[in-house]
Amino acid sequence: MKLLKLPQQRKRRFGFVDSFLWAVRIGALVFVVVGIFGIPGVAGGPEGSLFKTLSGEGVSGEAWRDLFISGLAQGSMYGMIALGYSLVYGVLGFINFAHGEVFMSGALVSFFAADAFATAGIWESQPVLALGFTILVAMATSTIVAVLTERIAYRRLRGSPRLIPLITSIGMSFFIRYTFRGLFGDSFKTYPAAPGVLEGRATIFGVEILKTQLTVIVVTAVSMVVLYQFVARTRMGRAMRAIAEDREIAALMGVNVDRVISLTFAVGGAMAGIAGVLWALLFRQVHFLTGFLPGIKGFTAAVVGGIGNMAGAYVGGLAIGLVESVGPLLVLDGWGIPAVSQLKDVVAFSALVLVLIYRPTGLLGERLSVEERG
Amino acid sequence: MSLLKIVRLHKDFGGVIAINALDFHVDEGEIVSVIGPNGAGKTTVFNLITGMQAPDSGEILFEGETIIGLTPDVLTGRGIARTFQNVRVFANMTVLENVMVAQHCRTSKGAVSAIFRTAGFRREEEEIRERAAEVLSFFGTRLVGYRFDQPAFMLSYANRRRLEVARAIATQPKVVLLDEPTAGMNPSETREMTELIGRLRDDRGITVVVIEHEMKVVRDVSDRVVVLDHGEQIAEGSYEEVTSDENVIEAYLGRPARAH
Repeated sequence: MKLLKLPQQRKRRFGFVDSFLWAVRIGALVFVVVGIFGIPGVAGGPEGSLFKTLSGEGVSGEAWRDLFISGLAQGSMYGMIALGYSLVYGVLGFINFAHGEVFMSGALVSFFAADAFATAGIWESQPVLALGFTILVAMATSTIVAVLTERIAYRRLRGSPRLIPLITSIGMSFFIRYTFRGLFGDSFKTYPAAPGVLEGRATIFGVEILKTQLTVIVVTAVSMVVLYQFVARTRMGRAMRAIAEDREIAALMGVNVDRVISLTFAVGGAMAGIAGVLWALLFRQVHFLTGFLPGIKGFTAAVVGGIGNMAGAYVGGLAIGLVESVGPLLVLDGWGIPAVSQLKDVVAFSALVLVLIYRPTGLLGERLSVEERG
Repeated sequence: MSLLKIVRLHKDFGGVIAINALDFHVDEGEIVSVIGPNGAGKTTVFNLITGMQAPDSGEILFEGETIIGLTPDVLTGRGIARTFQNVRVFANMTVLENVMVAQHCRTSKGAVSAIFRTAGFRREEEEIRERAAEVLSFFGTRLVGYRFDQPAFMLSYANRRRLEVARAIATQPKVVLLDEPTAGMNPSETREMTELIGRLRDDRGITVVVIEHEMKVVRDVSDRVVVLDHGEQIAEGSYEEVTSDENVIEAYLGRPARAH
């Protein structure tokens, strides 16, 4: 007996798309679990990477450790790049697809500094100084490229629909890429090998880590902490967050919006520059297309972590780095798929798709805005 | 000399005339109410004064100098602050941070000194924090203590309004423009806000221009009342003068039907 008729909740029909998405969710989970653990007791079925390792025929324990560490190192760099996407998205609400090229410009230009240091012998005799200066050159280059891009291409488009700066950024990406090709040619530039002090392995908490990878992880972690402090604690950081929430009001509080937006691009660029040198330190070779894949991966990392969220960019970067280094062997190899390490990009982008299906806002994403919270 | 002087100001939006040949002035230390029926152009006047929109013609003088064409952040630096009819606080920043942002143009330490945490930087941050706390204490105990570190979206509606006023004060303005500060408030909150508007002038020496619909508030706070209708000033004077003005009654209630 109903005395009071409650407003009926709108029933959502469980339609075709929903069932498809659930099938994908469950299918993906099963795929991963079977890849790791296999199907016990079924002869001839997938063995599972875990049991392969335990039975001694799969990847060894040390190899897993190395994969994990190199995933962390790679991921830290993705995180650094992701920051640039995330900061700009937070403040202006569009994806700056030219950011991969900002990263590339730092890596490419700093090559000349590194090369000069190596020729002069300073690279070996004063590694900290030389590396520090190389990083400074990269930061300066990337910052200038990022700020100029904003000044020339995006500022005039402020206030136009979001799609317009987005498309423009793709155009800028090509423009910068081929400008650098015009400037420096399309040959690979080979960075000097990491200085002697960074050769070999160091032992941290009983784990042996390649010193170059350790450098990458430490430098990115320190940069992240500095940046976080900057945004959370300082006057300019506050202004940035204020603009991200409400640009008009921020201006009324006396914030010079143009200057703070330039600063946002500068900060993102500087981080990409650092990442550029670290990248070159690990992979040695850079050229004008170097920015493409890391740029896309950085964007993926930003989305996976929750775009607009700084900590999310870093976490997303680490997640993508780990997934693409450990994932292929952990999941695909368990299924008996051959030559899995060539499939790392497939795994990384599948991870993106899965994150978007399971948790569309990203790992740490909780897009906060005035309209939603109001 | 008037602190703020508006001369033959005109603004239209694609044929709809929002402000038409408007003249009015605000003297230093005054509390002026701007009233008028909906759509009379009150908020537009505020938008024009704060540089959020550009007038089509006319002149706005602040301390005797034209301010037309200046951007909102520059005008904040000159000493003009405002609040909004629909509250617009930075919802995801803490109460204290909201007020700290407002001191942006009164501070100077940049990124470099922040990274190295120089003595000057730390001193300035400390000052900003103290000043923010002082401004918030203007509202008694409502926005102090544990509230400092609460994000603004957790505040009640009335407290958000108070925070918005605090933020405006923190920019250290000479004149503050309040757009319906008591909208949506209950009678006791409204009384409190009325008293506060008076204190803005008496304790802090800030000139106040307030858009208000609540006639009790208008009566209690105003030194002078300006009435707008269809973007024009139709009356001006004390509360008593204005409320007995025929034009004003007509604007609010319509023309009485004529007997045949």
